[in-house]
Amino acid sequence: MNYHWNWHIFWEPAPNGTGNYLDMLLSGLVLTIETAICAWIIALAFGSVIGVMRTLPSKIASWTGFAYVEFFRNMPLLVQLFVWFFVLPELLPRGMGLWLKQMPNAPFYTAAIGVGLFMSARVAEQTRAGINSLPRGQRLAATALGLTSAQTYRYVLLPMAFRIMVPPLTSEFLSTIKNTSVAITIGLIELTGQARAMQEFSFQVFEAFTAATMLYLMINIVVVIAMRFLERAVAVPGYISGK
Amino acid sequence: MKRLPVIGLALAAIVIAGHANAEELTGTLKKVKETGAITIGYRDSSIPFSYLDDNQKPIGFAIDICYKIVEAVQKELKLDKLKVELNPVTSSTRIPLLANDTIDLECGSTTNNPDRLKQVWFTNTHFLTATRFVSKKSSKLNSIDDLKGKSVASTSGTTNIKQLTEANAARNLGINIIPAKEHAESFLMVETDRAVAAVLDDILLASFVAGSKDPDSYVISTDAFSKPEPYGIMLRKDDVAFKKLADAATAALYTSGEGQKLYDKWFMQKIPPKGLNLNTPIGAELKHEFAKPSDSPDPDSYKAM
Amino acid sequence: MFSNFDFDVIRRSLGYLFLDGMTFTLTLTALAVVGALIFGTLIALMRLSGFRLLGWIAGLYVDLMRSLPLVLVIFWFYFLVPYIGQWLTGASRPVHVGAFTSSLVTFIMFEAAYFSEIMRAGIQSISKGQPAAAQALGLTYSQTMRYVVLPQAFRNMLPVLLTQSIVLFQDTSLVYVLSIPDFLGAASKVAQRDGRLVEMYLFAAAVYFIISCVASFGVRRLQARIAFVH
Repeated sequence: MNYHWNWHIFWEPAPNGTGNYLDMLLSGLVLTIETAICAWIIALAFGSVIGVMRTLPSKIASWTGFAYVEFFRNMPLLVQLFVWFFVLPELLPRGMGLWLKQMPNAPFYTAAIGVGLFMSARVAEQTRAGINSLPRGQRLAATALGLTSAQTYRYVLLPMAFRIMVPPLTSEFLSTIKNTSVAITIGLIELTGQARAMQEFSFQVFEAFTAATMLYLMINIVVVIAMRFLERAVAVPGYISGK
Repeated sequence: MKRLPVIGLALAAIVIAGHANAEELTGTLKKVKETGAITIGYRDSSIPFSYLDDNQKPIGFAIDICYKIVEAVQKELKLDKLKVELNPVTSSTRIPLLANDTIDLECGSTTNNPDRLKQVWFTNTHFLTATRFVSKKSSKLNSIDDLKGKSVASTSGTTNIKQLTEANAARNLGINIIPAKEHAESFLMVETDRAVAAVLDDILLASFVAGSKDPDSYVISTDAFSKPEPYGIMLRKDDVAFKKLADAATAALYTSGEGQKLYDKWFMQKIPPKGLNLNTPIGAELKHEFAKPSDSPDPDSYKAM
Repeated sequence: MFSNFDFDVIRRSLGYLFLDGMTFTLTLTALAVVGALIFGTLIALMRLSGFRLLGWIAGLYVDLMRSLPLVLVIFWFYFLVPYIGQWLTGASRPVHVGAFTSSLVTFIMFEAAYFSEIMRAGIQSISKGQPAAAQALGLTYSQTMRYVVLPQAFRNMLPVLLTQSIVLFQDTSLVYVLSIPDFLGAASKVAQRDGRLVEMYLFAAAVYFIISCVASFGVRRLQARIAFVH
């Protein structure tokens, strides 16, 4: 194998003056986590609303939700990021477009919003499945008690639905973290991007990618454990998802 | 590790073979003889060294030089037919793809420097160029320090982005560096006002400006990030026989005057696809280099006659 | 707003976009789906077999592939495949593979993890009576799998498998990071060469959308028909 190994490369200074290569990778890791969390907040916010809309009896709400989900599910994430990053500024009036393009952290905001909206469609589907999996009796009992539609959702349906949804939402959150890597194409130098940059500056391809792989595995383990704690903490004893 | 015995056997085979028959082929030449094909790595948009014409075929100054090397290989190995395969590379994939055998020769705008010589070898220099930046005249950016606090684009995997990163750290400029995948993308960032400047080799900048929609609106800085550095065609490291052949072929090309003709074809005449004429006469240092071809990575070794 | 846009650039590059780009994308998708399905089923069987070591290895593989972003896996395989080829074939130097082969290997290996989870769910959903009856009839393990369990599992999971295939189709766009010429890569090349980002990217988005929409619609119809028979 015509490859020159050098595992000490992590402690050698990186050309961007901010420390060694390990620091470069860790700064990428931080950016990955920040982007993922922002995207996830957006995904949860929009996704829950759309998911609820799809379960409402109103036809308009149902159809709007359906259109929203289909729109974001049928385009690859990469293409969506390109449209937000490259196409949107050109379609806006010149002043606004220029402001968007020259914003110092444009890739970060675009990535957070782009990934967030993409994942919101999936969260919407999970929410819909979660609400629909509840026994019909719940809704009927709520009506019998005189609760309005909003109250039914707020006090009866959603609390249980979210508890049921914690496992699938965990995997959606992990997906969000993985999807932030697609943003290297619009210039977000997160973990995968830093690994690539490290490869380009130091020529140590395999060392760089091994480190990135280890870090992603670590994130995965941390998130899975954290979500299991969450599931146990919010579990309602005696219920479907409880102990 | 399962690989160890295989590598051991392979090494033993090479050593034994080397002793048994002094004329036994090694490295790239061996691979070409066995497979009957040689793979050239080309660039998308390194005008006029290696780029795609309207039919998506790679053409350019470096490509022509590479074909001369391929001719020499065919002659040396006495092959009736030698298949030439073309594989696209970018600034950041060229070295790994050379190392993992996807390409045998990288023909583009790769700078020959001591850092890279730890991973690859270069044949005789075919151009000299310094790193500069291009910007719109309206931005009024003259020196490197004017870039303070701005967004500047460059191509990933190049010496340019490395020099920009180092200058940014050394001079404390707080520049927001935007890495692009290919040279065309870097220039596009400036065209679309996403970056105020793009840092690349000055000859590449000249070709982009000349080929743009409004050449007069751009200016290439006189301030440079580096001395003029040599471009070389990349080969695999430690491939002694192939380097010898490539060196001989390129030296013959340059010293014979055909090198000058090839230079004029790409720099002083209209080139496809848009019939652009770069009008860049050969520099004194390069003329000297053609007369006395060298593969040195040291910019100071290239002096005018 | 659209006055100075040049939609003609789309018409001029249609040949290149579809003959080169889309062919690459569709071929890659088709071959990767087949390969990933076969490899995925194998992994699912390994996990469900009685042997703890096999199950453990298979589980590890699936967890690894599902923890990593596809972009990182694409980078890994692009640089690694020739060395793997060298190791597998015992050659004296890395095996020369092209961009397509490397992408194909990447997608088969990566998506197999997802297909294996789907097939595992499918196999587990078959009632225990089926393999029991097969055993009573004297069929061996491989015959049971081949003639009784897998066909039913496959049929039950067909909608989910097809949905995952559509996801694969969309994921192929990620080979963009290595400048490999798939449909999006081709659109991007034209966009950058002619400076027409808006037109080309909107067109690419529309094409992906239409293909995925039509395919999803087909899957939903199929799902309705299967559910009816069930």
